[in-house]
Amino acid sequence: MDRILKSNNLTGWLLAAPLVLVLVVFLVIPVIVIVIVSFWQTTEFSIVPAFDLGNYEFLFGSAVTYDVFLNTFKYAFLTWAFTLGIGFTVAYFLAFHIRSQTTQIALALICTVPFWTSNIIRMISWVPFLGRNGLANSALLSMGVVDHPLDWLLFSDFAVILAFVHINTIFMVIPILNTMMRIDKSLIEAARDAGASGAQILWNVIIPLTKPGIMIGTIFVLTLVMGDFITVRFMSGSQSANVGRLISNDIGLLQYPSASATSVVLLLTVLVVVGGLMRVVDIRKEL
Amino acid sequence: MEPRPRSFYVLSAFFGLYVLFLYGPTITIGILSFQGPSGGLTFPMNGVSLNWFHELFKQQAVGDIWGSFSRSLRLGLMVMVTTVVVSVMGGLAFRKRFAGSGALFYLAIAGLVIPSILVSLGVGLFFSQAGIPVHWATSGFGAQLTWTLPFGLLVMFAVFNRFNPAYEEAARDQGASPWQTVRHVVLPIILPSLLGVALFGFTLSYDEFARTLLTSGSKNTLPLEIYGMTTNVTTPVIFALGTLTTLFSFVIIGLFLLTAWVLNRRRSRHGSDAGKGMV
Repeated sequence: MDRILKSNNLTGWLLAAPLVLVLVVFLVIPVIVIVIVSFWQTTEFSIVPAFDLGNYEFLFGSAVTYDVFLNTFKYAFLTWAFTLGIGFTVAYFLAFHIRSQTTQIALALICTVPFWTSNIIRMISWVPFLGRNGLANSALLSMGVVDHPLDWLLFSDFAVILAFVHINTIFMVIPILNTMMRIDKSLIEAARDAGASGAQILWNVIIPLTKPGIMIGTIFVLTLVMGDFITVRFMSGSQSANVGRLISNDIGLLQYPSASATSVVLLLTVLVVVGGLMRVVDIRKEL
Repeated sequence: MEPRPRSFYVLSAFFGLYVLFLYGPTITIGILSFQGPSGGLTFPMNGVSLNWFHELFKQQAVGDIWGSFSRSLRLGLMVMVTTVVVSVMGGLAFRKRFAGSGALFYLAIAGLVIPSILVSLGVGLFFSQAGIPVHWATSGFGAQLTWTLPFGLLVMFAVFNRFNPAYEEAARDQGASPWQTVRHVVLPIILPSLLGVALFGFTLSYDEFARTLLTSGSKNTLPLEIYGMTTNVTTPVIFALGTLTTLFSFVIIGLFLLTAWVLNRRRSRHGSDAGKGMV
């Protein structure tokens, strides 16, 4: 009895039991249900069990699907590029240019506070800024940059990317800052003593050492953008689509089997992307 | 101190612009929510009034804002407490390798990366096929936990990666039982980090939209209510609501930060008994 109690396996599983329970009931089983329902058929009033590949045939046979997936990748790539550029610069500034730890914490908190507020409100907040009569257009008109209001500021791909970057840059800032803070400052001094320029230090010392943080940020940003449906719907004014919107439209029409089939394909896509990234970085070690 | 390089000033300006980018829109709707009664969704301001805040408190004007707020608040607290307890237990479990711990870790990561709409759809379908009605406090609660628990677990990994096991060994050497070690040594040391987990748990739940969309049943949570308003409300009342819930979030964040600050100060005052002799 004593031996069993002291065994790592038993205490480990007992402590992890609530986590396992929640993940099995609300993640594993639901995903299995989605996979099963993706083979079902839709009648006028309900969904009926079947083994029908029709949902997938329709999905892969439709040109819309490829467009929408392409669009999803486009959003993911552009958002990734901008959040990485901005997030890296902000983290670099906080890690290497701020000398007092208190200021560092305070500035990092300033970046994080909006993350703790509502994303939907933050999207709505862009309307008076980007609208036809919004602040951006008034400013551009009064400066004489344009002679008529720009229509593409709101309800466009531009607005979608802007909102994605606005909401998700924090997912780059924090992991990158976390890895940068662990860089041994003597490595940088050694590089400087050896005659490296600032740019060389950045490129040959800091960036390679920051890669794990960049990878973790990348995983967050890519999966959040690829799985999004609400930002695209709201910021594009329903004019653009990504895979998430395809799924949510089917759900709105009660076409659950079709929504499930699209979900399975989206899930596999996301898992392939994340699987590839996780080969490069050991998340547990880097936290 | 050595003088600041020029890059410092360039980067400071960049950081300033980033902060403006983060807060500018929120401040804009904050100002616009004081729009006069005849004002619209954009500038110019047609006078200044509290009209749109008054609208919020009228029962018939908009949906069930206060009911949804109260549900979101209760749900946020439920998720917060569960996230803290389960993440700490999970974090403790993962400190030692156990059979299947690798697989469980990947399952938790899956909770982070699986698109939110899949969780919503899957939980919704599962409940309907099992004949259980969806409700914000059951299916909605569980759906939100699939995202907050892995998040909390990652924070716990970060905490225990930095935890010095010498404290526990000292406790064990003095004859403390495993439970006493956790209760009197480990938990007090990680307490400030637990505040962080709690804050994440509450805010991620309070603002969650996608995971509750198909799992909350007939009663909306606040984000769902606000989202409904975006399609049919065209007055600054939505800005007033946005300003109020953002202020509410700021108050919550402020409370957490204040508590963390007080804890840290107390710790630095009482933490060490060096030089006080044998107890």
